Amino acid sequence: MTDLTNMTMAQALKSLDNKDFTSVEITQAHIDAMAQAKDLNCFITETPELALEQAAASDARRAAGNAGALDGIPIAMKDLFCTKGVRTTAASGILENFIPQYESTVSQNLLNAGTVSLGKANLDQFAMGSSNTTSKFGNVISPWKKQNGSNADLVPGGSSGGSAAAVSARIAMAATGTDTGGSIRQPAAFCGLAGIKPTYGRCSRWGVVAFASSLDQAGAFARNVEDSALLLKSMCGFDPKDSTSADITVPDFAAALTQDIKGKKIGIPKEYRIDGVPDEIVKLWDNGIDMLKDAGAEIIDVSLPHTKYALPTYYVIAPAEASSNLARYDGVRYGTRVEGDNLDKTYENTRAAGFGDEVIRRIMIGTYALSSGYYDAYYIKAQKVRRLISNDFKSVFEKCDALLTPTAPSAAFAIGENEDDPVKMYLNDVFTIPASLAGLPGMSVPAGLDSDGLPLGLQIIGRPWDEEMVLRVGQTIETAANFTAQPQLATDKAA
Amino acid sequence: MSALIKGETGEWEIVIGMEIHAQVTAQSKLFSGSAADFGAEQNTQVSFVDAAMPGMLPVLNKVCVEQAVKTGLGLNAVINKTSIFARKNYFYADLPQGYQISQFEDPIVGLGKIEIDLPDGTTKDIGITRLHLEQDAGKSIHDQHPTKSFVDLNRSGCALMEIVSEPDIRGPEEAAAYINKIRMILRYLETCDGNMDEGSMRADVNISVRHPGDELGTRAEIKNVNSVKAIGQAIDFEVARQIELIEGGGDVVQETRLWDPVKMETRSMRSKEEAHDYRYFPDPDLLPLVLEDGLIEKIKATLPELPDEKKHRFMKDYGLSLYDSSVLIAEKSRAEYFENVINDNDPKLSANWVINELLGILNKESKALEDSPISAEQLGGLIALITDDTISGKIAKEVFAEMYTSGKDAAVIVDEKGLKQVTDTGAIDAIIDKVIEANPDNVEKYKGGKDKLFGFFVGQVMKETGGKANPKIVNDLLKKKLS
Repeated sequence: MTDLTNMTMAQALKSLDNKDFTSVEITQAHIDAMAQAKDLNCFITETPELALEQAAASDARRAAGNAGALDGIPIAMKDLFCTKGVRTTAASGILENFIPQYESTVSQNLLNAGTVSLGKANLDQFAMGSSNTTSKFGNVISPWKKQNGSNADLVPGGSSGGSAAAVSARIAMAATGTDTGGSIRQPAAFCGLAGIKPTYGRCSRWGVVAFASSLDQAGAFARNVEDSALLLKSMCGFDPKDSTSADITVPDFAAALTQDIKGKKIGIPKEYRIDGVPDEIVKLWDNGIDMLKDAGAEIIDVSLPHTKYALPTYYVIAPAEASSNLARYDGVRYGTRVEGDNLDKTYENTRAAGFGDEVIRRIMIGTYALSSGYYDAYYIKAQKVRRLISNDFKSVFEKCDALLTPTAPSAAFAIGENEDDPVKMYLNDVFTIPASLAGLPGMSVPAGLDSDGLPLGLQIIGRPWDEEMVLRVGQTIETAANFTAQPQLATDKAA
Repeated sequence: MSALIKGETGEWEIVIGMEIHAQVTAQSKLFSGSAADFGAEQNTQVSFVDAAMPGMLPVLNKVCVEQAVKTGLGLNAVINKTSIFARKNYFYADLPQGYQISQFEDPIVGLGKIEIDLPDGTTKDIGITRLHLEQDAGKSIHDQHPTKSFVDLNRSGCALMEIVSEPDIRGPEEAAAYINKIRMILRYLETCDGNMDEGSMRADVNISVRHPGDELGTRAEIKNVNSVKAIGQAIDFEVARQIELIEGGGDVVQETRLWDPVKMETRSMRSKEEAHDYRYFPDPDLLPLVLEDGLIEKIKATLPELPDEKKHRFMKDYGLSLYDSSVLIAEKSRAEYFENVINDNDPKLSANWVINELLGILNKESKALEDSPISAEQLGGLIALITDDTISGKIAKEVFAEMYTSGKDAAVIVDEKGLKQVTDTGAIDAIIDKVIEANPDNVEKYKGGKDKLFGFFVGQVMKETGGKANPKIVNDLLKKKLS
């Protein structure tokens, strides 16, 4: 680790402007870090040559006075975003060798802003998972270690585990992620990062491999709130190619951070105080509440009565949509094909070989939930409950400006833990899923360490289209918590 | 004209409902910008969306929506201001997404009705259940390689309107009349070219039988009936099969059957175990389709006069029969041609000339009205010459034949060939005298009571004048001279 890999994006942009260093230099530093941290398996496809090319082009643009908002910043791109000419796998076998002929809107927006792409970050297969242990390309290992003598490899969280681990390990200055039920916020919490999922419709889904269309939303990872705001701003925007994209002006998110939260009303939903959550998490939450109080916010106890139904609701709707979204991977036009004696056998062979267990599990759950005779009891019921959950949020946002909750019910766990029981794994997203179902913006900010020295995050949930308030509250926590811990791996390497 | 079928257990009534798939006339596909032309080279009209590449999303083509609304109005149907696109999930090699985007519970068009014209000169109302928009699939090609099949995705994603009728159709004639009328309406509206050969209009036929007055029987859905003729044949076969089955103590199974035009039979496509569960659910990539205020009114204002309105106007204003009116309105261009022929001419005479002479020869030569060498104005000119006694009806047919080959105006031909009718009574008188003088025997016989010989004298006079004598004057004068 060098200074070049341990600065914020905001600092780096200033330094690039000051000609303290070039994009090629800072990019090379990150490429070196990437090479050193190969064990973490953060990337499925590394693109160092492309990165250096893009960095050189960026330097030329800056010299010519044409630098974009994020020009020259090396980032990691979750391998769920289709990238023209660069293999895009969704961490699956079925797209193991798929090279798109098109660039997703979000990644194109970032290219337009001048970012440099270090590679395609590992993830849970088709973004299905909370530990990044379902990737066809192997587990991602968190750069963090417990400080209790255990040397066990920890999960970075998921599904955007590669993105989170790369940013945390100082391999990338920032990274894109996608969040369907918590896939940005939970890994951000596990890796000690700021991670934001904007309102559903802020980022175009065009060119993002779909998991659950009504929930999928791209977002940003960074090492602080300001950087996450900068990256998010460049990702967002109306896209006529996505019918669910919102034609709403994207505010200057970072500019919102200059405002404090004095007099703002922060809701504390009582239903998030659930049994079995470790005391440390509860304590962290209470600390967070105090930090906001100290910053002049008014704390209000609120109720979101349908919260307990969110997890089962999600695990009907998301698999149902996934079962249909993943039907296109049939080996007919692109992707892996395993021939059979007839068309049906070819489908069976192809999909059995191309999908991992978790993906197959969710396709089967979803297919079941949509089947004739079960549709009303599962899918329709889940849609009704989803509406109730949305209404819960609507009514509390009539009296408060944002909500504060824990991000995840635990700190990062060891790889292999929670693997025996899918439901146990699903519980990781119990705090993040409700906001996803309601399409609300949410972010996780690091707020402290547990007794093992692992990061813990707090979640801020905002009104639709009010990412600015979410970021303001996030930054208030960030400032108060003064989270300076770095993963041991990063500090080891520096030593 | 319900066609009742005699069986061993009494009379059977045929009950038919139809699902017509009509490809929407539009520049591009329902959810992508690809061209939707017929006959392009294979896989040349395929976007990333049509090929269902990862991360691709559908964006609704507004033109297709407007065409569906227009068609709904043409079917006298309710237009639903909010409708929802749903996914119909099934696997097939020519279905790239693994689902078809269609409309299920909330279609864009609801209940409507149309009038069909039957061969016996009567009409009947047929209810429309709904019309919805959906994507077409691609095309599988199985006969190009011993072990492989090929897929052409040009058609994948093209917009279809599925028009579902109520089970109001009572036999093959009504089925033919129904599909013809739907086709006519679509062509009038220019929302579908109605070309069954190119597959831009296809029909599935739901058939059941019952004793009159009974509850509806169990229906079978017949697919792959791609011409009006095949629909008739498939109905005949299926009705006979069902009656035989029931009278033999069996039950009709609700199933999809395929029409085999070679063996002339319907065959079960899949067993109950293999029946698809389409797992319909609202497509989360698309918002509910909400029609803007005023759109329906705007489209209503652009509607042309529809076939049935035109038919009734022709009957009322021109005094034409239902049959003549039906023939003339069958194509919008034909009705326009006819109305251009009329001008100041007698509508009935004009209808006769258009239907019997012009359409007669065009049909014989398999030519479309658009290719007629005689324009509506020219035909009108010919009829005007008949009306003002310049030429006789008989001469007119000669002039018509000449017009058809040369494309010249009737008046020019009449002039050039000197076909103008002789109305000079003096000249005709002289000829009659000549004829009487030359046929004393026949004059004798005629006067002796052989009235039929009158025609002989007329014929002789016409022969002498080269057919140009005014027949009425000839008749009058002859009668006088022979009395």
